[in-house]
Amino acid sequence: MSEYFLCFILFCVGLYCLLRKRNIIKIIVGLAIIEYAVNLFLILIGYRTHGRAPIFSHDQEIQNMVDPLPQAMVLTTIVIGLAVIVVAVALAVRIYGKYKTFDITKIRRLKG
Amino acid sequence: MSFLLWFIVIPLVCAFLIALLGRLIKNLGDVLTNVAGLSLLILSCYAVQKIALSKVITCKLGSWPFAIGSYLVADGFSVLLLVIVNLICFLALVYSLSYMVSYTDKWNYQALFMLMIAGLNGVILSADIFSLYVFLEVASISGYALVAFSTEPEALEASFRYTIIGSLASVCILLGIALLYSYTSTLNMNDIAMIIATKPQGQLVGFISVLFLAGFGMKAAIVPFHAWLPDAHSSAPSPVSAVLSGVVIKILGVYALTRVFFNVLGASSSLLYCLMVLGLISMVTGAFLATAQNDMKRMFAYSSISQVGYIIFALGLGTPLALLGGLFHLLNHAVFKSLLFFNAGAIEQATCSRDLSKLKGLSQRLPVTSATALAGSMSIAGLPPFAGFWSKLIIIIASLEAGHPVFALIAALTSIVTLVYYLKFQSGVFFGTLDSAFSQIKEVPLTMKIPMVALAILSLTGGLLLIPGFRVFLQSAVEVIRP
Amino acid sequence: MKNDDLGMTLIVKVITRLTVGLILLYGFYVVLHGHIGPGGGFAGGIIMALSLIHLMLAYGKEAVTKKIGRRRGIKIASIGALLFLALIVMFAPGGRVGILPFYDIAISIMVGAGLFTIFLALVILITEREE
Repeated sequence: MSEYFLCFILFCVGLYCLLRKRNIIKIIVGLAIIEYAVNLFLILIGYRTHGRAPIFSHDQEIQNMVDPLPQAMVLTTIVIGLAVIVVAVALAVRIYGKYKTFDITKIRRLKG
Repeated sequence: MSFLLWFIVIPLVCAFLIALLGRLIKNLGDVLTNVAGLSLLILSCYAVQKIALSKVITCKLGSWPFAIGSYLVADGFSVLLLVIVNLICFLALVYSLSYMVSYTDKWNYQALFMLMIAGLNGVILSADIFSLYVFLEVASISGYALVAFSTEPEALEASFRYTIIGSLASVCILLGIALLYSYTSTLNMNDIAMIIATKPQGQLVGFISVLFLAGFGMKAAIVPFHAWLPDAHSSAPSPVSAVLSGVVIKILGVYALTRVFFNVLGASSSLLYCLMVLGLISMVTGAFLATAQNDMKRMFAYSSISQVGYIIFALGLGTPLALLGGLFHLLNHAVFKSLLFFNAGAIEQATCSRDLSKLKGLSQRLPVTSATALAGSMSIAGLPPFAGFWSKLIIIIASLEAGHPVFALIAALTSIVTLVYYLKFQSGVFFGTLDSAFSQIKEVPLTMKIPMVALAILSLTGGLLLIPGFRVFLQSAVEVIRP
Repeated sequence: MKNDDLGMTLIVKVITRLTVGLILLYGFYVVLHGHIGPGGGFAGGIIMALSLIHLMLAYGKEAVTKKIGRRRGIKIASIGALLFLALIVMFAPGGRVGILPFYDIAISIMVGAGLFTIFLALVILITEREE
C-alpha cells in the first residue's frame, strides 16, 4: 500500500512542477516526472505477492509470475513519453531562438 | 487479407516513403499523398457498403484467440466517422498542394500529415483500449508538430501550450486505463463492458469516469479545458487548422468519449447530466467569446468550442433522437468548419491579412471564396435549408422531448448568437465597398477552389441524409451507441 | 592519430574504443532475445543508438556525422519502419508467431536510427545557434 502512496506523491511533485514553475525547461521536467509516475503505477498494478519475474524458463513453473501485460504496456508508454518530451524540447529550443527568454510569463504574444 | 488493416498501413507506408525519398524526388510527396488520400476515401465508402450487409467487420492481428489478442473492429458508428475523417483529410491534402508552397520543406509537412491520418484511423478502428491510447498519442504528437510548422513565434508558443495540455490529457487517460485494467484484468473493450455490467463496483467506476472525462475533455476542448484551442487553431497553417478543428477534436475527444462512456463504462444518469451541463457551458462560453474576436481564425476556433458543446450536450441527453442529432451535427460541423477554415486560408493567401476590421468588400475580387463562405456561414448558423439547420433542430426537439425546456431555450438562443457573429464576419469581410488596398488581389488557384466547392455542395445537401432512404446511415450508428 | 583537442581526454578515448563495440553487441543481443527475455525492439534499439552517442561524446561530432549525419539517419529510420510495415502486411493477419525476432530487428533499426537522429537534431542545432 505504501508504494502506491509514494507513486502518488511523485505524481503530485511533477504536477506542482508543471503548474508553478516559470522556466520552460522546468515545465518539461515536470511533465517527464508525471509520465514516469504513471508508468510506475502501471507496473505496480501488475505485482502479485511473492511473484517472480515473468521470464519463461524451463525449470520453473508459470504459476507464480507477476503480471506481464502491464510491463508490455509500459514499454510502449515509455517510448510515447520519449516522443512527447522530444517534441517539447525541440519547441523550447526554437522558442529560445525567437523570444530570447525561457520565462513563460514573458512568452505571451497571443492574447484574448 | 482483411481490409481494415489497410486504413492504417497505407498512410504509414506513405509517410515513411515520403520521409525517405522526399528530398530526392521532386513532387513525390504531392502525388503520393493525394493517391493515398483518394484510395482511403474509396476504401471507407467500400466499408460503408460492407457494413450495410454485415453489422460488424473484424480483422484479427496474430493468431491469438479473441480474448487475448488485439484486433481491429468496425461497426456502424466507426464507419460513419471513417468516411468523415478520410473525406476531410483528402480535401485538405488537395488544398495544401498550392497553399503550402510558401512554406519550406513541404515533404516534412506531408509525412506528418499522413502520420496523423494513420493515428486517426487507428483510433476509430481499434478494439482494445490500450491500442486506442497508442493511436491517440500518434495523432496527437503529429498534431503538436504540425501546429508549429510555420515556426513563427506565435505558432511555437501556441504549439508549446498545446503540447503541455495535450500530454497532461494523455496522462489522465493512461491513469484511467491503468485503473480499469487493475479492476477487470483485460484490455478488450467488449470484455470490460461485460465485466463492469456484472461485477459490483463501488466508487471505482465513478473515479475512472472522472479521469476519462478530464482526459478526453482536454482533447475535445470542453469548457474548463479549452484554453489551448484558440491559440493552436489560429496559428496553424490553414489546412492543418481545418483538419484539427473539423476532425481531430471530434475523433480524439468526442468519439473516444462516446466509445468509453457508452460502450465500456455504461452511461449512468449522473454522468450524462454532467455531460449535458458541460456541453451547455461550452456552447454559451464559446459563442460569447467568439463575438469579441477580431482575428478570423480565432473567431472560428471559439465557434468550434461552441459547436462541440452542442454535440456534447446532445450526447448527454442520451435519448436516441438526441444521439441522432448529435452525430448528424458532428458530421455537419466537420464539413462546414473545414470549409470556413479553407476560406480563411484563401483570404489570407490573397490579402496577407486576417484582421476582420481591415478586410472589406472582397466578394468582387474573390467570387468563389465568398460564395462558399456564404454557404458555410449560413449552414453553421442554422438557417434552412442548409444542413446545419436540421441538426440543430433535432437537438432542440430532443431536448424538449427529454424534459429540459430551459436547456432547449439556451441552445436556441446560442444559435441566434452564432448567427450574429457569422453575419458580422460575412458582411464585414465580403459585402460592402472594396477597400483600395485590395484592388489588385486575385482569386485563389484551382486546387484550393475544388475542396471549397465540394464542401459547400456537401453543406447544402447534407440535409438529405435525413430522408428515410439515407437515414439508415446515421441510424445504424445510433444503434451501436444505445441499442 | 586522432585530433587531440577535439572531444574528451585521451583516457576517455581509449576506453571508448574498447567499449563501443561491446555496447553495440549487447544491444544486438537484447534485440534478438526479445521474445524470451526482457528487452525487445525498443530497448535494444536505444542501446544500439547509445553506442553511437557514446562515440560522438568521446570524439567530437565530426567523427560520427561524417558517416551518419541527420539525413542519413532519417533515411535509415524510414527503411526500418517500412520493413516493419512490410512484415505486418505480409504476416500479421495469418497469424504465424514464429517471425517475432524479425519484428524486433526492424523496430530496433527504426528506434535506434530515430533516436540518434533526434540527438543530432537537438544538439547540432544548439551549436549552430551559438555562433
